[in-house]
Amino acid sequence: MTVLSNLSPGQLGTIHAIHAEQALYQRLNALGFRIGKQITLIRRANFNGPLHVRIGGTDIILREIEAQRIQLQAV
Amino acid sequence: MKRIALLGMPNTGKSTLFNRLSGASARVGNWPGITVDLMSAKVLMGGHIAELIDLPGLYDLHGFSDDEQVVRHFLSHHAVDLVMIVLNSSQIDRQLSLALQIKQLGLPTMLLLNMQDEAKRAGITIDTEAMAGALGFPVQTISAKYGDGCPQALQLAGQVLNNPATITAPQDIAKLLEVDSQIEQTMHDIVQHTVQMPIKFNDETTDQIDRVLLHPWLGLPLFFLAMFLLFQFIFTVGAPLQDGMAWILDTFRTEALEPMLANIPAWLNGLLLDGIYNGIGTVAAFVPIIVLFFLVMSMVEDSGYLSRAAFLMDTLMAKMGLDGRGFVMILMGFGCNVPALMGTRVMRSRPMRLLTMLVIPLSLCSARLQVFLFMIATLFAANQAAFIMFALYMMSFFTIFLTAILFKQQYKSTEPFILELPPYRFPTPRQIWLRGWQEVKHFLNRATKFIVIGVVLVWAMTHYPTDVAPASAATIAGQIGQFFAPVLDPIGIDTQLAIALIFGFVAKEIVVGALAVIYGLQGDALSQQIAMNIDWVQGMSFMLFTLIYTPCLSTIATMKSESKSSVFMWVSIVWSLALAWVISFAFYQTARALGL
Repeated sequence: MTVLSNLSPGQLGTIHAIHAEQALYQRLNALGFRIGKQITLIRRANFNGPLHVRIGGTDIILREIEAQRIQLQAV
Repeated sequence: MKRIALLGMPNTGKSTLFNRLSGASARVGNWPGITVDLMSAKVLMGGHIAELIDLPGLYDLHGFSDDEQVVRHFLSHHAVDLVMIVLNSSQIDRQLSLALQIKQLGLPTMLLLNMQDEAKRAGITIDTEAMAGALGFPVQTISAKYGDGCPQALQLAGQVLNNPATITAPQDIAKLLEVDSQIEQTMHDIVQHTVQMPIKFNDETTDQIDRVLLHPWLGLPLFFLAMFLLFQFIFTVGAPLQDGMAWILDTFRTEALEPMLANIPAWLNGLLLDGIYNGIGTVAAFVPIIVLFFLVMSMVEDSGYLSRAAFLMDTLMAKMGLDGRGFVMILMGFGCNVPALMGTRVMRSRPMRLLTMLVIPLSLCSARLQVFLFMIATLFAANQAAFIMFALYMMSFFTIFLTAILFKQQYKSTEPFILELPPYRFPTPRQIWLRGWQEVKHFLNRATKFIVIGVVLVWAMTHYPTDVAPASAATIAGQIGQFFAPVLDPIGIDTQLAIALIFGFVAKEIVVGALAVIYGLQGDALSQQIAMNIDWVQGMSFMLFTLIYTPCLSTIATMKSESKSSVFMWVSIVWSLALAWVISFAFYQTARALGL
């Protein structure tokens, strides 16, 4: 069990839980962050910049602070 | 008249479809209780004239973003005869949720699966009949970009409109919107049965381009190079166009207007030619560059690179309370502030958008560049010119960063930075043209009124009373110059320069011309006269003030219409004036104290 922000580029996991207030939860949900979905970390920007992730056919960038709220299970 | 709401997720080509259906006949509508501009157009559908309304893009009907609230407010306050949902075919596995949410409202609905071309390339096939059966409303695949499937979509829409259906009343919609039922399972089932998807269908090309453009170390330098090239392109192509436009306007004046108006009273002649015609001319000379900007900007925006730039710059911008997209807009502002301000529309959170709009007028636009080139050539040796220019650009960045840092507490953005990276797309010429044209039309509508009024006022101020020399100390403009003397003397700006600054309020393009009118000289004689009247410290102070204070009336007008807030407009004006004065004062007094 880990969080999305701990992944290294190329690693993937299955979304286990999303710890976010309702507004953020819904937004993540609408973008495809759903429990049980597989998520891959593609790359991260230097100096703790945003993360580039992929869920299904969608590429998304998000900041580290949001990525910490997404709990993953190892695949 | 039938009313059709066009609704869909962001980045699904909804606006492209809207432009295609409306054929550029769109206008901005007024809807009570809604603070954003909604475009609407009259469209012929199934023998009905229908009003098509382009609602903001949304992810979730129950979401909390400003756009999502606008859509909810619209649906629960206005009766709608048809909801047209636009979704991205290649992301149907997650976007179908929106269609299911709309279905629960019980309105006549149809689903358009856009970007069929991209889905096909990605190896996705969708059984539209089975999907229509499962959803209970018609489904049509289209490509808004190329127009495939659009006639069929219109025909389907006509059929839906011709079938008298029971329409849920807006007040009942409000109640239905409160219920957020679980659609997850339904969505999963429908996708399972109607969509065939390869396991990995990410465009290989996009991945390859990203590996280079989003490279941890190369990404940023490449980004700056790309921006520099765009900037160069706009100027290389735009400058001759602008000169050509100025030449046409000037020729028209000397060859047609002046002979034609030779017999009317002198004051009316002056007002018409020096006031109104020059005023419209100032705006018209802007047009080629504005058109170019919008063409380039819509190309960059539709290509998908803007989201990448946001990824690259976000770390630095976050420290100033802005985000990656804001940086792109600031760069656009170095060409012209007006399109850059309009470009902030891509931001969803209002505080973030306002903070970005507050810093954009501080970017050194092409009009100010003109003034600086003139002043530098007048007051500095040729080998110092590049250094002074560079210093002014640095000052522009400095004021942007300072303003953002000082105001970030007031415009604290609560929205997290989560952005979709669309695959790279190559926009079609038609798409670019339609977008560019829409923006230019809006710009002209607004700017014309503003500049005409401004120029007439300035003309009157320098020509009244009529029995003294134009722009002399006895005219209203001269008196205003003297009135401001106590404020402008400490920063080394004399009465003549003060009048030019007042002109500069209308547009910076006028400043050099204004100096010519004020001194009654032009060309080298003007430069020599100015060099005799002021020294380089005064000139530098004048340039700093010109750089920082309100760029032009068009920017102010855009600021107001984009923010929909007079208060915000005034904050921006007062702040930039105060900052301009403080920095000029600090520079001028320090230089004088050092004996320069």
